[in-house]
Order: sequence, then C-alpha cells, then structure tokens
Amino acid sequence: MESRTFDHAADIGVRGEGKTLEEAFAGAARAMFSVMVDLAGVEPRESVAISCEASDLELLLVRWLNALLAEADLRGMVFCDFDMRLREGGLDGTARGERFDPERHVPGVEVKGATLTELKVAREGGIWHAQTVVDV
Amino acid sequence: MRTDDLIPLAPAVKEIARHGDMRVPVRFTGGDKLLADMDEKVREQILNVSRLPGIVGCACCMPDAHWGYGFPIGGVAAFDAEEGGVLSVGGVGFDISCGVRLYHTGLTEAEVQPQKEAIADDFFRTVPSGVGSEGKIHLDIEGIEEVLREGARWAVAKGYGPESELEYVEEHGRIAGADPAMVSHVAKRRQRAEMGTLGSGNHYLEVQVVERIEDEPAARAYGIKVGDVVVMIHCGSRALGHQIGTDYLVTLAEAAKRHGISYPDRELACAPINSPEGRRYYAAVCCGVNCALANRQVIGGLVRQVLERRFPGSNPRLIYDVSHNTCKLEEHKVNGRTRLLHVHRKGATRAWGPGHPGLVERYREVGQPVFIGGTMGTRSWILRGTTLAEERSFSSTCHGAGRAMSRREAMRRWTAAQVKHEMEARGITLRAASRRGVVEEAPGAYKDVESVVDGAHAAGISAKVARLRPIACIKG
Repeated sequence: MESRTFDHAADIGVRGEGKTLEEAFAGAARAMFSVMVDLAGVEPRESVAISCEASDLELLLVRWLNALLAEADLRGMVFCDFDMRLREGGLDGTARGERFDPERHVPGVEVKGATLTELKVAREGGIWHAQTVVDV
Repeated sequence: MRTDDLIPLAPAVKEIARHGDMRVPVRFTGGDKLLADMDEKVREQILNVSRLPGIVGCACCMPDAHWGYGFPIGGVAAFDAEEGGVLSVGGVGFDISCGVRLYHTGLTEAEVQPQKEAIADDFFRTVPSGVGSEGKIHLDIEGIEEVLREGARWAVAKGYGPESELEYVEEHGRIAGADPAMVSHVAKRRQRAEMGTLGSGNHYLEVQVVERIEDEPAARAYGIKVGDVVVMIHCGSRALGHQIGTDYLVTLAEAAKRHGISYPDRELACAPINSPEGRRYYAAVCCGVNCALANRQVIGGLVRQVLERRFPGSNPRLIYDVSHNTCKLEEHKVNGRTRLLHVHRKGATRAWGPGHPGLVERYREVGQPVFIGGTMGTRSWILRGTTLAEERSFSSTCHGAGRAMSRREAMRRWTAAQVKHEMEARGITLRAASRRGVVEEAPGAYKDVESVVDGAHAAGISAKVARLRPIACIKG
C-alpha cells in the first residue's frame, strides 16, 4: 500500500495505491491524516468501526474520507492505520489511532473536507488508485 | 490563463461572450497581468458555471480568483429559482460564511508597541487555535441549535460583546431561513466545543496599524485615522460548516443525477433551488452562516476582554463583519428587472454601495466596509462598496490575496524558522500553533495583495479606503 499527497493550487491532493481497492482506500486515508499530523509519532492504540454508503466507488471514497474526518474530530483522535471490506453499495472499515496529544504529536493543518476535485478511483497497470483533493 | 478572446467592457473588466452551451457571458475583473497569471483552471471552471441551469446576468470572477472545487475561488454567480436555478456546494465552500471581522481598539501604535509581545501572548492564550483545539464554551445539542437559529445574537446574549455591535454584522447578526433540523446530528456534535475557536490553515487574528488613508470621507465614517490600531479576525463556521458541506456534497451529487441535471463536471454537484434537496441545503447553509457569525462574535468578545484587561479604559469598537463563502437570497436588477436571486459568493465579499437600504446609518453615505486580508507578512486593506458593483458583479468584490503557490511547494522552499525570522525583521510578532502551518502560509506563497486590490479598484467593484500594516499575527 502506498500513500502520498499531490499538488493543488490552493489545497492538497491525497492519493492511495495498492494491489486491491481496499489498499488504495486505506492509502488515501493515510495520506489525508498525514496532512493533519506527523504520522510517525501516532500509535494505533484504539480502533473505531466506520461504515458508509454511496451510489458509486468515487463518491464512496469521498464519503469514507469525510466519515473518518468526522469520527476523528468527534473523538479528538488522529488515525494512522486503516482497513476495510467493500460490499454492495458501501464499505465496513476500521480506523486505528490515538487521542491527539499536542505535547507529543506534531500538528499540520486541519482538513475541512474531502472534495470531488481530481476525484478518481481506477485500476491502471494492475494497480488500484484512489485520489481526491482535500480542502484545508 | 488564455486571454486572447476576452472582450474589454470597461477598465479592468473583460468578458467572454456567450457561445455554445453557455447560458450567460463570463466576466473577469482585474488588471491584464492578474488575468494572464490566473490558472487555466479558473477559466475552465467559470465557463462551466456559466452553463448551469437558471444562472442569470453573468458568471463573475473576482481579481483574486484561483482554482477551486467546481466553482473557482473568487467566483460569483446568481440563480433564479423560477428559471430552474440551482444551489451548488462548490459555490459556497466547506467553510460556510468564513469571513473577516475588524475591531478598532481605541488605541494608537505608540500605546501598543511597547506591549506588543505581551498582547500577542494574551491573544494566543485566550483565543484557541490550531488542530484539535477546543473553546471554553461547551454546548449540548439544544444549545447548538440555538446558535444555528440565532447567530451572533446568541453570542451577544451570552455576554460576548454589546447588542449595539449587531447592526455592524451582515444580516444584523442572524440570517433568516436557518432550520437546524436540516443539519446532521454529527455536524452538531462536532461543534459542541468549537465555539470561539480560530481553526487553522489561512485563519488568523492580527494586530494591525492604519498606515495610509486613500479615502478621507469613508475613513471618517469608519472612524479610522493613520496610526490607529485595529484587530482583524479571519475565521469561519468551524467543524459544523465543514460537516454541512461534506454531508451535502455527495447528497447533491446524487440528487443532480436524479433531477436529470447535466453539467460538465461532477464537481459542480448541484440541486434545483426548488427541490427537496435544494431547500434542505439552503436551510443548512443558513445554519452554517449563523454558526460563523456567532463564532466570530465570541472571538470578538474574547478580543475585547484582552484589550480591556491590558488597557483599562480602552474602548474597542466593531467596524464591521463580512462573510466571503455564502449563498444568500438577495434582490438584484438584471436586464432592467428586479429579481429575487440566490447569489453564490465563493471567496468573494458582498460589497454594498452608498445608499443601500440594508446598510447601517453610519455607513450609508460611503458604502459598506470590505476587508481584504493579505498574508501574515503583508498589508491588508479596507475597501468600500460601490454603486457600480451592483451592475458589474452582483455587489461583490475580492476577498484576499489568493494563493499563488501550492502548500507542498511552500514546504519545499522554506522552514518555519526562516519565515518567523523574516517576519520579525519586518516588525511582525508571530505566535503559531503549527510550524508547518507557518510555512504553508508563508507570505511568498500568496499573490500580491496590492495587485488584487488595485484590480478591484480599477474595475470599480470596490474602492480603496485604507491600508493596514500588521504588527502581530496569531496563526492557527
């Protein structure tokens, strides 16, 4: 699984890649949290179950990322590790992380939400890509 | 951006004539260099906006326009519900009613400079900022719903600022049409501890000095003169607004499919104003507006507390509070007929001209104050609304410097220590919650605010009043 960020004029893009769609979705989530905090210092101490639905795979990626942002914010947590199972019309996933601790964690910028900009979920050369731009 | 097919209409105003499937012309404001330097994506996005159902007049770009989400940031578009007009999440943004509030401190630079470091510490301690920060106010769901219905009036009732401030806030502090039932439970829960927080990214609180006056009558009406110290607050509707945006983004994308709206780009996810989804979204946006107005009112109250503690007898006065990510129901004259329109302003400020009946008496002769935040190292501006803006841009003008460089590029170029050092060399004290935030918001990553303001002034959509020089910046 690979996760990375990419350039956008005002904001920042997040991209996940992997052999499976699940890996690509997990990678995109990791890239998004890397914008908010330095993930090197975050431990997967607590698990949170997250499910979401959408009418297609691309909108599902947006719902997944936004559901993670909402859960992290509600619990005062940052997530570093993800897995999920795709099902008809949605996904059931788990996010792992810990409570944000300003003493130990190096903050980046708050992500307001995942957008439909540069949104793409596709398989190219045997590798799944899942990407979008997040508003910061 | 390609500009060879733009038709000059007036100084610093150019149009792309309606052709193909465009429903209205596209209008750009700003000088030639600004337009030439704009991202090609701005042109592509505003052309897409001009193709949306029910759009009237023209699709406008402000001088600080840059690549956004469906709509360019710095995009203005008005829709008529009777003609199948739509509402779009990209035309409002995730940070609903993000805006700028400006206080006159009642103090001069000579009084403030000796205590500048201590004041910066006071503000940094008193106004929570940065990722994961919480405010002192903790609300239950009922409390949040009251905020969404009452806006800044809620904050005033809680003791944050005097009631007399409300007429210096757009919508007199509370927009009509807010229905908390249209906002998700998650959105309300996320806001429980966020009232009175600044946030991060490009949000800030700045102590500034009036450096130059360009329009004496307006400056007199706004009560400012050279050497006066003001406090500028830039923030929005916090987690609640973000959640409304993300909740409705996919909802409207799915609704567009159902209503058979064809649009050139999925990012323009929109629903007819007169559809169940459209009505729900508008009622939720109004809640977001009220949340932002309440949030800035609380922060304003905290600013007052700091100033009154450190300078007993100082008498802070709210100059005005503007929003720049909104959709509002307004009357405008289009083709000689007054119509009720839903005006989207994404990264654009409402700018009423002299004589507008909605303006507070004190400003009615000179027009509404507009605040253009620079970057943390550069100047900011006070402008005023003009009569010309009504016919040129649905009474709208620019909102800020606008980014010129991506966040990642800024990270490659500078370090936090470098940015802080450069700012200190220019006499600006910096307090920041995030080192990375400091680099991403480095002054060099933004367009030159002067050329943006010059563009708006030359296009006649607002007029320069005063330039402000920062002396201390609190960054989320």
